[in-house]
Amino acid sequence: MNSGGTNARIGYIAFNTFREAVRDRVLYNLIAFALLLSGAAILVGEISIDIERLVVVNLGLTAVSLFGVVIAIFIGIGLVSKEIDKRTLYTVLSRPVRRWEFVVGKFFGLTGTLVVNTFFMALGVFLALLYVAHKFEMMDVWVLVALYFIVLQFLIVCALALFFSSFSTPLMSAVFTFALFVVGSLAEDLRGFARITQGVGGWLATAIAYLVPNFSALNVISQVAHGDAIPGRLILYDSVYALLYSAMAISGAVLIFQRRNLK
Amino acid sequence: MSATRRVNRVAVAVLLFSMAGAASTLYAVDHLRREPVAQESLYVNSPKVLRRLSLGYTGLLADIYWTRAVQYFGEKHRAGSRDYRLLAPLLEVTTELDPRLLPAYQFGANFLAPKPPYGAGLPGAALALTKYGIEHNPDQWRLYYNLGFLYYTELKDYAKAADAFSRGAKLPVTHPFMPVLAARMAEHAGEFDTARMLWHTTYQSTQDPLIRQNAVQHLLALQVDEDVTRLEQAVKKYHEQTGRLPASMSDLERAGLIHLPANGTPADPNGRPYKLMPDGRIEVQDPGSIYFITKGLPPGVPTPEPARVD
Repeated sequence: MNSGGTNARIGYIAFNTFREAVRDRVLYNLIAFALLLSGAAILVGEISIDIERLVVVNLGLTAVSLFGVVIAIFIGIGLVSKEIDKRTLYTVLSRPVRRWEFVVGKFFGLTGTLVVNTFFMALGVFLALLYVAHKFEMMDVWVLVALYFIVLQFLIVCALALFFSSFSTPLMSAVFTFALFVVGSLAEDLRGFARITQGVGGWLATAIAYLVPNFSALNVISQVAHGDAIPGRLILYDSVYALLYSAMAISGAVLIFQRRNLK
Repeated sequence: MSATRRVNRVAVAVLLFSMAGAASTLYAVDHLRREPVAQESLYVNSPKVLRRLSLGYTGLLADIYWTRAVQYFGEKHRAGSRDYRLLAPLLEVTTELDPRLLPAYQFGANFLAPKPPYGAGLPGAALALTKYGIEHNPDQWRLYYNLGFLYYTELKDYAKAADAFSRGAKLPVTHPFMPVLAARMAEHAGEFDTARMLWHTTYQSTQDPLIRQNAVQHLLALQVDEDVTRLEQAVKKYHEQTGRLPASMSDLERAGLIHLPANGTPADPNGRPYKLMPDGRIEVQDPGSIYFITKGLPPGVPTPEPARVD
């Protein structure tokens, strides 16, 4: 099987995953998001002073992140188990599709779904910004960077959900992934704890701090809400980090899925 | 090599490479973000808003904020910073979320009160924090002790210190030194004895090794300060009686002004004899060996302080 064929097969699985997610009405969350954001934009203008932009950015980006993470977890955990339950996995694997291609294709399909979802939500955020501020400002560029970081978060969450779903039940996969998301969101505190702890506890805390996904490094929502610039080097490092961490989780998923007895 | 084995090998290689790469990148991110992450502003600084956002899990959130306050203080202290602007708000949020979190009052006041770089230099904020703690934990003698300690050491307000110790002394569970401290503050006499008693109580009322070590260092410094004061008073009296300065400690003993120990010369807690200087001053032999001493130092030498831990 050549690499062109591999790419085609991965692309086909990814496209089907995306199509299935759309068919499952995943994008309906956009309606809830639009209602939330437009409601907040209008309401805050009525009841508060001078924090309209702040609220739209904070609420908008937080909602983009949380909606996306929830989608990533709840679709990601079912990607493998659903195919087994519906017995469609056997049909797919009986064709010239390797197991690793199946895993990687599913990953791209899910991240593609989230990127499309995020694109529409980002449009909503910028429309709400335009509504409250009546114009765009230079600092709104950083909102784009924050949105990019959120997409990087999704990469990691998708990869983790897929990793756990490669060996665990959907419920346990959801629990594991969500727990890692929470721990990873508090990673700065964990790292701070590791820095001030001595001895074995310090080593252990450092190891855990480096092993769990550092979602807090990918969260710049508060900074961009206040118009703070994001350093170029952070954008580069965070991009590399998210790609490597996702690759790590996907490799783990491939290794497990290769060995899994599907009978 | 079979296709499956090849895939496995590639997957293991990618896994190991990405794990090492992710850790290295995170290390770089960590260094890049250390300052911003120290967060020179609290984006949610309203305890009431946080209380609502916590959905009732205030205890856990308070623990997280207390940990953040400790880390913030530790990082700033280690860096020798003089800017602790977030410390008071962090402690306010912590204690508002969990008003019964006693360590936040006890340690928090000690973080806030001392002058930078040893603390935030905010005795007013330390007092407000401790009073808030007493309001919500009126049966905790340690909080009254902390309040009295702050009035005594930071503000030299003996009347208010006496009142705090006295209120703490009346509690069903209290420390035996509390009524004594209250009485001493009321008459504000015997500075060395009072200070010694305070540090002694601090030593006894905690199990934290760093606080205990700090108390011991202060007790040793008090002994030096008291010895030097006593010896210099003897020199002064000798000068008044004879019209000249003593040439040695033995001159003071012969004049009946001091009693020399068995080994011949008065010494500091490390066993190093005090030096009688030609101008009549008393000096310690090694000024850097005993922290916090304010007397017995050569002219121009500042009070030695412990080095910050890196």
